[in-house]
Amino acid sequence: MSRRTLLGAGGLFAFLLIWELVARSGVVEATLLPAPSKLPATLISEVTLGFWHQMVLASLNHYLIGLISGSLLGVIVGAAVALFPVLDDVQSWLARLLRPIPPLAWIPFAIIWFGISETAAAFIIAIGVFWINYFTAYTAVRAVDPDLIELASSFGHRSLGASLRKVILPAAAPGILSGLRAGLGQGWMTVVAAELFGITGIGQRMNEAAGLLATEVVIVYMLTIALLYGISDMLFVAAQNRVLRWQR
Amino acid sequence: MAAIVNLNGIAATFPGAEKPVFADIDLSIERGEFVIVVGASGAGKSTLLRVIADLLAPSAGTISHEIETRTDRREIAMVFQEARLMPWRKVSDNVALGLEGLSVSVDARNQRIADALKLVGLADYGDRWAHELSGGQRQRVGIARGLAVDPDLLLMDEPFGALDAITRQSLQDELLRIWEETGKSILFVTHDIDEAVYLGDRVLLLGGAPAKVVRSYDVDAPRPRSREGEDVGRVGAQVKADLSTLFDEGGGI
Ligand SMILES: Nc1ncnc2c1ncn2[C@@H]1O[C@H](COP(=O)(O)OP(=O)(O)O)[C@@H](O)[C@H]1O
Ligand SMILES: [Mg+2]
Repeated sequence: MSRRTLLGAGGLFAFLLIWELVARSGVVEATLLPAPSKLPATLISEVTLGFWHQMVLASLNHYLIGLISGSLLGVIVGAAVALFPVLDDVQSWLARLLRPIPPLAWIPFAIIWFGISETAAAFIIAIGVFWINYFTAYTAVRAVDPDLIELASSFGHRSLGASLRKVILPAAAPGILSGLRAGLGQGWMTVVAAELFGITGIGQRMNEAAGLLATEVVIVYMLTIALLYGISDMLFVAAQNRVLRWQR
Repeated sequence: MAAIVNLNGIAATFPGAEKPVFADIDLSIERGEFVIVVGASGAGKSTLLRVIADLLAPSAGTISHEIETRTDRREIAMVFQEARLMPWRKVSDNVALGLEGLSVSVDARNQRIADALKLVGLADYGDRWAHELSGGQRQRVGIARGLAVDPDLLLMDEPFGALDAITRQSLQDELLRIWEETGKSILFVTHDIDEAVYLGDRVLLLGGAPAKVVRSYDVDAPRPRSREGEDVGRVGAQVKADLSTLFDEGGGI
């Protein structure tokens, strides 16, 4: 085992230990800071009551719909804007106006337009993911070496479709993939907030538990999100490494 | 011998520019001929190749090809100075670029990739990534990519300009061997006069603003040539003298 692994595990263990000691010492009230040793039992009860997988599936559903639609739209629009100067000019002020609006600021409109529904949650997630992918795809496509496009057309690949397939998409792939990965994280950040308003999912369950001061339930779901994020990021990086195996 | 490409009164003007880069270019290249274009940097050599490769429309004049059009080959292929390999493709897939879109069966395609790589001495390198190659090897892949589409005319834009002297010399000799083996016509741009007279049957000096063919030299030296050979040296000295006169007149820059 490497030094880094050992120290990493040690750091985590020390953190849990101090947390446990502080919680047991009685300095802080138990509802304010539940001991980590209580968490496994809480998790088991959430699972046996059926909440855990119900909430995870609901959140996963919002997350995936929002992530996929936001990523797809972001990449397509960002790439199109980079390819066509007219679109680039048209978007220049528009993007500056709309991008700084935080995804969560859309919650009122999401609820007015879509009600307290899955669509509303997916919409909020999609907005954050959209802007990340919009800008990374735009930058990546703009940075494609025009010499390679000329090369491909000198060998007969002249149409826009051909340059996209032969040059632009593969050349922009590293940038586009890094945007997709950033969106993957951003999506998990917004999913909880989007559900705080009563849309079924992890966020709603956390809000409910917090109202009853069942803080150990809150923590179980906080860790659940960390776990889901970790798994999705790991899967994505594995896929990314396959696609980009030409990079050293 | 028959000309395979004829340029008549060709000019090229970039949008927004008042003067053409070059004008009134007449040039015909015979089948199997090795023609060199020299000229100062900015004279318009690359632009001329791009016009011939149909990457840029001429602003005046006509180009006619005497090349039979076939669906399993391209009439003209280009080799660039900076190799221009696609880093996301293996060497053999880089060579395949021009074959994609031609009507060539998978077997025939693989055969042509293997043949082209063998011709440039990289038979065992098909499975490598571009970044695993040296500068000289990358340039060979660029040449193999051009040869794979079996063109009649190979356009080469300072293909050895970025290489060290030793690699450059050995690639010059390989190019001569390939040229003799395949019988392709080559239009080769360089600013290295020694390279020009060592390789070419004919050397064209491009200069002036707008540029034109200032002078054309026949290199009569028999092949195989020696770099230090007298006939080669004589033409070389002449080209160098004319080039510096041209420079003094302010024709090149
Ligand atoms: N895409 C372009 N747009 C405008 N001007 C260009 C372009 N490419 C080349 N030129 C101009 O045309 C002239 C000839 O360039 P080039 O053919 O590259 O010269 P050479 O290859 O002989 O060095 C130069 O003055 C250059 O600035
Ligand atoms: Mg040039």
